[in-house]
Amino acid sequence: MADRDDGPSRRKVLECMTWAGTGVLWTISGGVPHSLGLVDEAKASQAMAADAKGLTFLQISDSHMGFDKPANPNAKGTLEEAIAHIKAIPAKPAFMIHTGDITHLSKEAEFDDAEKIISGARLDVHYVPGEHDIIDPDIKLYKERYGRGTKGSGYYSFDANGVHFMGLVNVANLKGGGMGSLGDEQLEWIEDDLKGRSASTPIVVFAHIPLWSLYPQWGWGTEDSALALGYMKRFGSVTVLNGHIHQVMQKVEGNVTFHTARSTAFPQPAPGTAPSPGPMKVPDDKLRTMLGTASITFKQGEQRLAIIDTPLKS
Amino acid sequence: MTRLLALSAFALLAALAVARPADAATIEVKIDNFTFNPKQITVKAGDTVTWTNHDDIPHTVTSKTMAFRSKALDSDDKFSFTFTAPGSYAYFCSLHPMMTGTIVVEASAGK
Repeated sequence: MADRDDGPSRRKVLECMTWAGTGVLWTISGGVPHSLGLVDEAKASQAMAADAKGLTFLQISDSHMGFDKPANPNAKGTLEEAIAHIKAIPAKPAFMIHTGDITHLSKEAEFDDAEKIISGARLDVHYVPGEHDIIDPDIKLYKERYGRGTKGSGYYSFDANGVHFMGLVNVANLKGGGMGSLGDEQLEWIEDDLKGRSASTPIVVFAHIPLWSLYPQWGWGTEDSALALGYMKRFGSVTVLNGHIHQVMQKVEGNVTFHTARSTAFPQPAPGTAPSPGPMKVPDDKLRTMLGTASITFKQGEQRLAIIDTPLKS
Repeated sequence: MTRLLALSAFALLAALAVARPADAATIEVKIDNFTFNPKQITVKAGDTVTWTNHDDIPHTVTSKTMAFRSKALDSDDKFSFTFTAPGSYAYFCSLHPMMTGTIVVEASAGK
């Protein structure tokens, strides 16, 4: 594990969680998050529409195509619902990121289903793999579809509206007893990729497993993430977007905001509240309040970002 | 001819030694709640260990030295491996590497 103890206490983790059935609008100002309180979907849409001059993109995560267990026998259906919600947003987002676990078992048919449904949003999608997407030893299926122009096990960067985006892979070549891992080769690339960039460039990092020690007992962290974040210290605004834990959590440390998105497939328990992090069965009428997507908005020049988590049903 | 017979006998013995001795056992390891249960077990050379995944999430059984490696085991899928050489075999789930276990293989009687 990295020599950094930034793991929140369990109490803190629970405090940070937003289980509410409506989205919570967060703004970041001077590195301090302010919750603007609960917002409903209409207000969230308005907030995004008002930001037409900035950059708004969406995050979806953990679609788990192929999952059919009791926690949600119809993961395909809930992904379709999520995409329908995205299509209904009045102001068209710039693009979408998918933070991994597109499929449940890396099967061709599962990738096909995901592609068919997600392409319905008619948005460019930037993917990173989850551990469920690279089960085949050569990562062949994921790379064939999403690996073009990427390095190593699928990492890459791009720029949009003055924001620098880095899609990282922390699910490959994991070592026994450890957590998520970026590996030396990728760490070197991160250092190189950031070299020469102005410290005022907003950085958005996205990867599957949280890049902070959220709950190491369940493997919810990335053992060498402190090294990666070290290369980002000089930047005034760093936003880290993850999935994997199927629930919303947020932490702010200095200039870095960490945020995890809901899954569209099934909820997982809050850290330490169950014997294991496996799929959590909730009453049918509650399921859609625990699934959803996120939208992230930057306003140029204001060093301010808003993350709105919208459940499938409030 | 004698030589051929001797060779055949040798081959047969070798096959028997590699194959399972008559008293070889099959030992079950359950995968439950993201743990291998039992986490550590001791078996005899020639014994077979069978892992069964009881979780709603796929897991793998992956030796740290790649001595054995299962495919992703979906719910209720099984993976078996016959241990012929004594030693300590540390393994983990390559999808959830916090999940670890060890199979200790002792020489079987008569070896």
